[in-house]
Amino acid sequence: MPKFWDEYHIPATLDDALGLLARYDGRARVIGGGTDLLLDLKEEHYSGARPHYAALIDVTRIAGANEIREDADAGWIVIGCAVTHAQVVASSLVQARATALHEASGVVAGAQIRNMGTVVGNVAHALPAADSAVALAVLGAEVQVRSKQSTVNSEQWRPIASLYLGPGKSAVDSTREIISAIRFRPTGANEGSAFARIMRPQGIALPILGMAARVKLAIRNSQFAIDDVAISAGPVAPTLFRAARTEEFLRGKVLDDATLEQAARVLLSEAQPRTSAHRATREYRVELLPTMLREVMTRAVKRAK
Amino acid sequence: MPLLNMNVNGKNIAVEVEPHEYLAHVLREKLGLTGTKIGCEEAECGACTVLVNGAPVVSCVFPALKAEGARVETIEGLVRDQVLHPLQKAFVEHGAVQCGFCTPGLIMAAKGLLDHNPNPTDDEIKTALKDNFCRCTGYVSVISAIKSVVASRQSTVDSPPLSHSPTLPLTREPLSAVGKAYPRNDAVAKVTGTAKYTDDYKFARMLHGATLRAKYPHAKILRIDTTKAKALPGVRAVLTHEDVPGSKNHGLIFNDWPVLCYDKVRYQGDAVAIVAADTREIAERALELIEVEYEELPIVDNPIDALKPDAPIINDFLGHGNLLKHIEVDKGDIEKGFAEADMIIEREYHTPTYEHAFLEPECAIGRVTDEGRIEVYVGSQIPYEDRRQIAASLAIPESQVRVIGAMIGGGFGGKEDIMGQIHVALLARATNRPVKMLYSRRESMIAHPKRHATTIRLKTGAKRDGTLVAVRAEIFGDSGAYASLGDKVMTRAATHAAGPYAVPNVKIDCYAMYTNNPPAGAFRGFGVTQSAFAVESNMDILARELGIDPIELRRKNALRVGTTTSTGQLVRESAGLLRCIELVESEIRSWKLEVGKDRQFNFQLPTSNVQAWGFAAAYKNTGLGGGAPDKSTAEVEVYDDGTAEIRSAAAEIGQGLPNVLAQITAGELGIPFERVRVLLSDTDLTPDGGPTTASRQTAVTGNAAKFAARGMREILARAASERLDAPPEQIVFCDGYVDALPPLSVTGEGRGGGVKRASFADVVRWARAENRATKFRFEYNAPETKPLGTPGDMHFAFSYAAQAALVEVNTETGEVRVIKVVAATDVGRAINPLALKGQVEGGIVMCIGNALTEEYIVEQGRVWTDRLARYKMPSIKHVPEIVSFVVEEESSVGPYGAKGVGEISSIPTTPAIINAIYNAVGVRVYSLPVDQDKLLREMRRMTTD
Repeated sequence: MPKFWDEYHIPATLDDALGLLARYDGRARVIGGGTDLLLDLKEEHYSGARPHYAALIDVTRIAGANEIREDADAGWIVIGCAVTHAQVVASSLVQARATALHEASGVVAGAQIRNMGTVVGNVAHALPAADSAVALAVLGAEVQVRSKQSTVNSEQWRPIASLYLGPGKSAVDSTREIISAIRFRPTGANEGSAFARIMRPQGIALPILGMAARVKLAIRNSQFAIDDVAISAGPVAPTLFRAARTEEFLRGKVLDDATLEQAARVLLSEAQPRTSAHRATREYRVELLPTMLREVMTRAVKRAK
Repeated sequence: MPLLNMNVNGKNIAVEVEPHEYLAHVLREKLGLTGTKIGCEEAECGACTVLVNGAPVVSCVFPALKAEGARVETIEGLVRDQVLHPLQKAFVEHGAVQCGFCTPGLIMAAKGLLDHNPNPTDDEIKTALKDNFCRCTGYVSVISAIKSVVASRQSTVDSPPLSHSPTLPLTREPLSAVGKAYPRNDAVAKVTGTAKYTDDYKFARMLHGATLRAKYPHAKILRIDTTKAKALPGVRAVLTHEDVPGSKNHGLIFNDWPVLCYDKVRYQGDAVAIVAADTREIAERALELIEVEYEELPIVDNPIDALKPDAPIINDFLGHGNLLKHIEVDKGDIEKGFAEADMIIEREYHTPTYEHAFLEPECAIGRVTDEGRIEVYVGSQIPYEDRRQIAASLAIPESQVRVIGAMIGGGFGGKEDIMGQIHVALLARATNRPVKMLYSRRESMIAHPKRHATTIRLKTGAKRDGTLVAVRAEIFGDSGAYASLGDKVMTRAATHAAGPYAVPNVKIDCYAMYTNNPPAGAFRGFGVTQSAFAVESNMDILARELGIDPIELRRKNALRVGTTTSTGQLVRESAGLLRCIELVESEIRSWKLEVGKDRQFNFQLPTSNVQAWGFAAAYKNTGLGGGAPDKSTAEVEVYDDGTAEIRSAAAEIGQGLPNVLAQITAGELGIPFERVRVLLSDTDLTPDGGPTTASRQTAVTGNAAKFAARGMREILARAASERLDAPPEQIVFCDGYVDALPPLSVTGEGRGGGVKRASFADVVRWARAENRATKFRFEYNAPETKPLGTPGDMHFAFSYAAQAALVEVNTETGEVRVIKVVAATDVGRAINPLALKGQVEGGIVMCIGNALTEEYIVEQGRVWTDRLARYKMPSIKHVPEIVSFVVEEESSVGPYGAKGVGEISSIPTTPAIINAIYNAVGVRVYSLPVDQDKLLREMRRMTTD
């Protein structure tokens, strides 16, 4: 393999990291676990491109960045840019209050990759079907993007969906900016979330379809009704997808078979799955959408009860 | 260069590293810890797993500097005070080690799990090891090894564990050594990371090679200019076809494969130029500076198009265009046969190309010795063939070439052809320095021969009672750009295309075709994997149409003594198929799911998972057959410390040959198994054992070892006879002693007097003192076979098998899961039940991949499946429960009755799964692998129709 980078820096503070990026002025690139980046570089090389960076800036040892913490007053769980999938899976806080993310991180690749890859890196990679991103989408996730040059208040948070410009195309410029943290709304009383996905046994290691739901229940006429709901799926659009119309349809309803069937029809009207070569046909994804909707909704509702 | 500080296996070290280096390379190249293997460099295979601060990571994509200040554990750190770690010990004892290349990674991943979770569930074990591929064992023994460690840790003095030993199939009463389940004699080296594969060898001043591959799948070469590449600092040689002094082509059967392309390129993996440079990086950079001018030619990407009269000619080496070989099987009168049939089933089947995906990518090292001879280190399935081909292309006598076999990290047929062997010899000679050529995984996937993709049109005719009367088949095999073993493979596909059944009228036309796809050659099953899928699918369809139980249909037609195969060979002995069928049937009969029972697909089922059994049978020749001389030579040497060494250039690719040879030698010499060393695959030191192919080594080299040891024993018996004063026929070799039995009494009912005894070592000393030979070499020639189309035996033995698969189909997603496989395998005689267990389990799991997960895709000659991430082989998560029966219908040819097992165990698995899917949901799969996407849509279509 050719040399893809010349220097490797492991800054201890976010400021140092931002300073290094500024110093390299676009010629350096942020690396987290590297499990996406390094394979992408290789793939680019084989496809004829000659990727090269003056330096990689490793953000996994930034002080405090490997923490999962709850900001109970404001109602957020915050995960730093060094937090790995394995940490998320092991966190009892995430398991209890963001079950969809727990489930999604648990099926990312294999054990070794989960020990290396970070959740933030997964988001930075901007694949609309990335497991953790699909889960984060229903948890109302927001990200903090930092850079030296930024005129934006560094404390500002942006909705996660705003980073997704297209498949693998992120609004974050990893040669100048760092996603320092992600925060999301944990589930509370009468709330539950779930994630499910279908893989293809052959070929590409990307999901055929992943889906997540978050549900809040309320008692109406002595029955559990859906007070609020969030549904995301991928890949059914070039960017992170929230099923707004399906969510709207479900609000206030009691979840029974008939409602689910109708909701599935709404979902099919707004999701736009495509055929991807060697991965899945559009028709198959269309067949799976109702099945998976039932799966994640049933599980999320059960957890909310 | 930055300094990397870390604690490796308990020692603090500081090492200079390049900022772009990965941890795996630092461990291997700078710290000499070569127990950590590199299998893919794309975070897929898990072979490079090490622990960083206690957590398993894949070190091949782990930037080394990330380990700054970290605690790193590798396989070398597990042995404490010369005692194996419990996991290492368990892997040895459970047979969880075969080729051994994945073993360090598996053990480290398991250690990472147990360190944090001392009592994992089966599911947790499978989750932790999901990304550690093993291609040999089928993971069953891996799981049992890990569980045994868990169990032993939980056991206390008060409650000792029930059993820690692996569950072995029931086999015949063992002899002194033959038939016993000894752990592999190379297992300790493999679990400790000391076993040396080719890439683990290093030589002073060693250069690194790289190969320029074709830019197009089919093109004329107009010009090659290496000037710029040669000028790059650090480059020591750039060679093209002009630098090949001898044979410009190589090939196992036909010399049709350019060492370096001269007139044109015929597939994407073709080698156009080679470079040797100070580092691999420089060598790869040099490749980009080589200018090649091509004229693109039209591409033929499938065998049916290749056969068309107007098809562009790809390889006319044989003078008959794209047709590598037309193979014909003709028995009886096919028209009369179908005229007699009450039911005719005619279907078309497709199988894709498959990749062996052995965990160790190809590697070869060439060097010129002080005497000017060429030495090549390589993990090859046919060392003497390598020597012949290297010598031919270098235009030097074979005496000037030595091929030294390293450990081989899996082969499965994929390491029979020349890859880098000739190239490193050329480069070593050009530079007068050692040259290592290590293929990247991508290169490996593009270059080496694959399993043939086939289209099989199969017509089966039967009487109302199920008696088969006629089989007609047309088979089109994609042999790719070069012959490799294509015609042999397709011959086997053709001769086995009537299945393991007695069919009076058979006509098969099989076309092995040249195309612009990667060459296809040997791959476990050797063509029979493909035809068995078609045959056994047709059998189930036939059974259903006739209303006959599918197992009964097979039993009715099964080959047995007195019947003839479709090539007209009379089965005289060793036909255990009926017994195999019976064993599998009795095991699954207790299940309420009946095989073949009409199961209407029903969306209203309470569960979305539908289960059903499927059944299939198969047979496979042992040995080359077809008139090819099949011989092997082995040499035994005895030493005055009471040990012996058995030698043969026969490749061990994970199947367990060293144990087979050691056990046979130990048994024949009457010494303990542990006192036999095995030396394989060195063309200077070991005689030719022939190719490791066609499930032949146990039978053929096993026999060579048996007769060599027996010859040695006779010499020793003569020495003992004099000293112990007894005739040679009264000398007995047992347990490391040589006893002179007293003569039989006159009545013949016992022996009078005492036994005189000497140690085996003493007898060797006596023999030496008397100038008797302490080495004995035996060339074993297997019984002569006849070419296809001539009367007589095409093969000297066949192995048989029956399998049933319990499969679950998710009717809402189309997902398919194999829950249980029941296998019965007729192997003649089990030489080592532990190794046999591994061969059966590994074969089954490999062909779960064949049925469900694997597909090597080439689009217009361009390889899409050029990385492991795009080739999904079964992981530990795919492992079903396996119940394995061994049938031992002895062959009069093989040693102690043994036949081959390497291939047969895998062949029935695919059709058993496919038949089970039909029985579960009513959808017949005609094209492999099963596409859940298509399967679901088919199910939905059936319910709406």
